Amino acid sequence: MAWGKRKDLLGIEDLSRDEIETILDTAESFKEVSLREIKKVPTLRGTTIVNLFLEPSTRTRTSFELAGKRLSADVINVSAASSSILKGESLKDTAWNIEAMNTDILVVRHSAAGAAHFLSKVLDCSVINGGDGAHEHPSQALLDLFSIRERKKRIEGLTVSIIGDIAHSRVALSNILALQKMGARVRIAGPATMIPLGVASLGVEVTYDMDAAIEGADVIMMLRIQKERQGAHLFPSVREYATHFGLNQQRLRGAKKNLLIMHPGPINRGVEIAPDVADGPYSIILDQVTNGVAVRMAILFLYSGAAQ
Amino acid sequence: MSLIIKGGRVIDPVGGLDRVCDLEIDKGRIVRTGRGLSGERVLEASGLWVLPGLIDMHVHLREPGYEYKETIESGSRAAAAGGFTAVACMANTDPVNDNGSVTDFILSQARRRAAVRIYPVGALTKKLKGEQLAEIAEMKVRGVVALSDDGATPMNAEVMRRGLEYASTFGLPVIAHCDDQNLSRKGVMHEGAVSMRLGLPGIPDAAEACIVGREILLAELTGAALHIAHVSSRRSVALIRGAKERGVAVTAEVTPHHLTLNDAALAEYDTNLKVSPPLRTEADRRALVEGLIDGTLDAVASDHAPHNIAEKEVEFENAAFGMIGLETSLPLLLRLVHAGTLTPSQLVQVMAVAPARILGLPGGTLGKGVDADVSLVDPDRVFSVDPQTLLSRSRNTPFGGWELKGKAVCTLLRGKKAYEDREWKSRQKVSS
Repeated sequence: MAWGKRKDLLGIEDLSRDEIETILDTAESFKEVSLREIKKVPTLRGTTIVNLFLEPSTRTRTSFELAGKRLSADVINVSAASSSILKGESLKDTAWNIEAMNTDILVVRHSAAGAAHFLSKVLDCSVINGGDGAHEHPSQALLDLFSIRERKKRIEGLTVSIIGDIAHSRVALSNILALQKMGARVRIAGPATMIPLGVASLGVEVTYDMDAAIEGADVIMMLRIQKERQGAHLFPSVREYATHFGLNQQRLRGAKKNLLIMHPGPINRGVEIAPDVADGPYSIILDQVTNGVAVRMAILFLYSGAAQ
Repeated sequence: MSLIIKGGRVIDPVGGLDRVCDLEIDKGRIVRTGRGLSGERVLEASGLWVLPGLIDMHVHLREPGYEYKETIESGSRAAAAGGFTAVACMANTDPVNDNGSVTDFILSQARRRAAVRIYPVGALTKKLKGEQLAEIAEMKVRGVVALSDDGATPMNAEVMRRGLEYASTFGLPVIAHCDDQNLSRKGVMHEGAVSMRLGLPGIPDAAEACIVGREILLAELTGAALHIAHVSSRRSVALIRGAKERGVAVTAEVTPHHLTLNDAALAEYDTNLKVSPPLRTEADRRALVEGLIDGTLDAVASDHAPHNIAEKEVEFENAAFGMIGLETSLPLLLRLVHAGTLTPSQLVQVMAVAPARILGLPGGTLGKGVDADVSLVDPDRVFSVDPQTLLSRSRNTPFGGWELKGKAVCTLLRGKKAYEDREWKSRQKVSS
């Protein structure tokens, strides 16, 4: 098993291919735990995990919470509404106070890019990035890799199209980096307002045409469209977006027969993805959620140092 | 009582002088340069450069209103320690320096507490809002040397046009902070490959260049004197170069940090690197150095922007913009000199001569009869930047731990010591 001592999971950027494979392999062995009648192993008994979620989240927080609990860790959730951040406490002070209660692992979700990096510098405990602004969402990318590998038995050589607001998506960036490290070809698509300026440096294929994005793709990842982005002049209307960049049955006529359709959730039915596509035969959207728990169990296990 | 600065390399581009000789000062004024001069007191300066007092035409002293960041006293001491004998302080205080009584206050604090000359810059518009012109003539009478809404750009071009015209009525240059606030929006760093990787909202170079272009055209329209502050992008350099070729009355400055760093430095989200305008690409940095060498960029100014640690030790997006610079400005520019990119004489040109000329200030020369504002610089002194020992009240520098070569060791204001480096001072005593 390729696993050195690592304190923090801040982004896919810092991980090697070997490390990614170790996480995925570990997740595979943990997936079985969730299928047992008694969904619990004692692996992290006595470990304290704090989920500091300063931005709304259901999936990621629940997933990390279940992952911790299935490993028998003590898990506490702190949200923006329940924290002293609302009273004007700085992030550093909040984190110091949480650490002072002998926390072993802090999972942080924050609207500011670099928040996890910031905390990793001021804290001794492990910091797991649960999504920071438009930067990275490493556990999402890892569970996406896991889900692809489970179905396709490989990642290397696959063509993966990521469609939507690439410029403002931490899921997109983490997935682009992760897929490339694993040897997949990555395509991105969306209106030019959603393609970042520095995209050339990423080495991905860029297209503004949905049909070109779909053609020959083994996997399509749809990104959630944030309706408030309309105010930032990224697209004129939800209707126009859905018509030109939404995924629907008609568009899928040119798709590969064994295509996988993914979405990190929460989905906007009828906007970026048609309801019948989201629930259709290609979709593995709920598998992603199931696998999320196993992958996060692997992350908590490896970063807790219990593997050493 | 006359003072002889002995055996230093006297560099005075205005007087066409660059040679090892003595400099005589009496009653606070320069008397002469020459060899074998004698006087009642002697400052041994062999191995040192003897320069006209450096002038930083763009600093934030934070007083009144933000004395916890900096005061006129602390900022002026930092200036003296950096080799400066004069600074021009921006108007974004609280209250804003948009009327004569704030100007009066700044100058009275300066008279009582400042270690160097303080030249206030008045606001162009009331409360820096970009809506109504400030009482420019009144501030001119009280002593402002230029006008600027630094930190904010009047988004209404008509306001800028009238501001330029009205300022020119009273012979005041307008210093433009060029930033299209619609384009820069919530941006916190240069928009490009690095901002994409870091997930940070970007500020495109066009946000600066659009306004540089606008201000140049308005200066051309009105014939007013325009100075572009802290140029950060190669596109802006090209626009200024073109304007100068057409004969537009435009000057420009660049900061030591934009000449030294690029956006790749932000990889660790160090909030001390969060500045406005942002650090841009390596290609931009090189274009700025080129612009400085060929004279497109006339002056170097630090944009010294002190902030308390609590305003910096936060999420990058929530951190204040700005870094301090008075005490690292000269050493950073000396890197270009040591690299052979800039001559010592060019350094004096951009750090003393040009700022004096642009703002119409005395100084920038060691000519006979002028006030003896002099910087003694040890170009070879190697030191490590320790934010804790800086004289500024704030610590927000990204250069902590940097090993730099060359610094000011003694700063004279009207012939009197405004700053003395401790190590140099102790060696003086031993030798005398």
